[in-house]
Amino acid sequence: MALLEVKDLRTSFQTEDGVVGAVDGVSFSIEKGQTLGIVGESGSGKSVTCLTIMGLNPRRTTISSGEALWKGKNLLTAKPGELREIRGDDISMIFQDPMTSLNPVHNIGKQLIEAVQLHRDVSVKVARARALELLKAVGIPHAERRIDDYPHQFSGGMRQRVMIAMALINDPDLLIADEPTTALDVTTQAQILNLMKRLQEDFGSAILIITHDLGVVAETADDVLVMYAARVVEQTSVDQLFGRPQHPYTWGLMGSLPRLETDVERLTQIPGQPPSLLRPPAGCRFHPRCPHVMEICKTTVPELVPTQKDPEHLQACHLDEETKDREAAKLLEATMAAEVAS
Amino acid sequence: MFRYLIRRILWALLLFLVITFVTFVIFFMGPQDPARAQCGGDQATRSCLKLVTEKYGLNKPIYIQYERFFKRLVLHFNLGHSYQTGQNINQAVYDGARETGSLVFGGAVLWMLIALTVGVYSALRPRSLIDRTAMVFVLIGVSAHPIWIGLIFEYVFGVKLGWTPIANYANFFGATAGSGQPGGPWQWFYHLILPWITFAILFAALYVRMVRANVMETLNEDYVRTARAKGAPEHRVLFSHVLRNALLPVVTMLGMDVGVALGGAIFTESVYQIHGLGWSLITAIGASDFATVQGVVVFATIAILTLNLFVDLLYAWIDPRIRLT
Repeated sequence: MALLEVKDLRTSFQTEDGVVGAVDGVSFSIEKGQTLGIVGESGSGKSVTCLTIMGLNPRRTTISSGEALWKGKNLLTAKPGELREIRGDDISMIFQDPMTSLNPVHNIGKQLIEAVQLHRDVSVKVARARALELLKAVGIPHAERRIDDYPHQFSGGMRQRVMIAMALINDPDLLIADEPTTALDVTTQAQILNLMKRLQEDFGSAILIITHDLGVVAETADDVLVMYAARVVEQTSVDQLFGRPQHPYTWGLMGSLPRLETDVERLTQIPGQPPSLLRPPAGCRFHPRCPHVMEICKTTVPELVPTQKDPEHLQACHLDEETKDREAAKLLEATMAAEVAS
Repeated sequence: MFRYLIRRILWALLLFLVITFVTFVIFFMGPQDPARAQCGGDQATRSCLKLVTEKYGLNKPIYIQYERFFKRLVLHFNLGHSYQTGQNINQAVYDGARETGSLVFGGAVLWMLIALTVGVYSALRPRSLIDRTAMVFVLIGVSAHPIWIGLIFEYVFGVKLGWTPIANYANFFGATAGSGQPGGPWQWFYHLILPWITFAILFAALYVRMVRANVMETLNEDYVRTARAKGAPEHRVLFSHVLRNALLPVVTMLGMDVGVALGGAIFTESVYQIHGLGWSLITAIGASDFATVQGVVVFATIAILTLNLFVDLLYAWIDPRIRLT
């Protein structure tokens, strides 16, 4: 049985302007020790997917349906008390902005100890020892001294390490990382990604990593979900995605990666804006921006179906597979995406 | 920290000097003649006027008079006496401060209790019936004048229902012997119920709104989401993570408002005939009793300066990001 199995997850928010469908039919599963990446632009529903699983959406304005089975138990229908026991213990989460994700008025020791004591009936002394152990594991220098420091005394990268320490302190089975490196500078990004990989080996946690950066996916994930406008457009293993991308949106993402060996005036970009989820376009939601748009795309929603060559490779596009393979090959020649993958 | 304290105290002293001097000057330039007041106004005799003027140096330049006043204040903690009533001003300020203090601190406790419970509840359930009702009362509280509220309360609870006294103050530590006045803790409480409520309504309304806005804003902070993601139950999220952050600005406001009110809660004191500092101030201004006004100003200045310093220290203690340097 999969650790986490999400089936046809749908989440919408009631806003003053109407109902916004933020996640529309997402399914995936994560096995023990595995890493799944979710890629997409801002507002594509990546974060909401995770917040829904964790039950962290605002309760009054959110409507969710589908299933999120955690070890066979549906998290969407679980009582608040049951969810609370799972959160921070079995499933923990790190967030995008380490500058604002730690409480400024408590020192980090107190926040780490709180995380332990919420789930374990241990003394402050034991919890503190555990906190110290984790701070050392995530590479905070002089952890004994710094444990009593406040968040504002740490740099962004150090704070994200503290967040990771807090997330791993109860040996979770699944770590959800919502854009863990987006707010950090490039050298720190690499350090944090390496740290997460190393800790995954040590702690054996599965990781669900959300990012808009294909490079991060290539570096960390086993499987990938590409999301666009609340829907999954492509879902496959990392090797497949970078070796044989099957959706024009994925091509667009890859095409906008900077290349080192060729001189280009400016990066290729996907024209247009992501659609409003309040009134999404009919048919394929990518069609207004798609260079390969056909008549059928404007009326019929493409289903997420396996490709002929690989039943594990799911994609949602009306184009025929030959054209897609040809386009993918053309793209790979021109970009360094393949190199990133290897 | 130590250096900060020293600097703050020096600043406070300078401010104190300036404020007392300015009030001194304003009244010095006023039309009243202290010597005449001392000698019984219109019946003043020439010899009395001469004697008083000589004795208190009233014909000396202003800076010498001010120096005299300031020296006496700093060296002997003595505010002198009133030219009009002959009353010792230290005693007058002490009596007034006792009554104003009772009113203001009791009122502050009351308005904070209301602001915290209603404000937090409204923030947690925005647009609920209680929230909407509370906002209507906030509007009334902000708009209604304390004197009007006081009169209505006196009429309804004091006269019609007969539940409470309609005026006056009762000493907490027992009445003056033989005065025939009520005294003791219960009478004190009983007499202050209406004044407290009247005084607290305006501030309760302002603070409910402030607490509500701050809590709602803090609830959207990332670290609150982090706390929930850790598996913290809602009450823990609220008390340990939200309130401490949300109440920071409230603490500042509280310090300032209490400090200002200690200079005299004039409206409430007037309605309920509480002879506090506000009352003394109004009476003294009416009688051109400069020395008493100066006494109240000195007390109010000290109260505001002390409370502000206290709030700043408290603030640094609550929020570790603030460093006192």
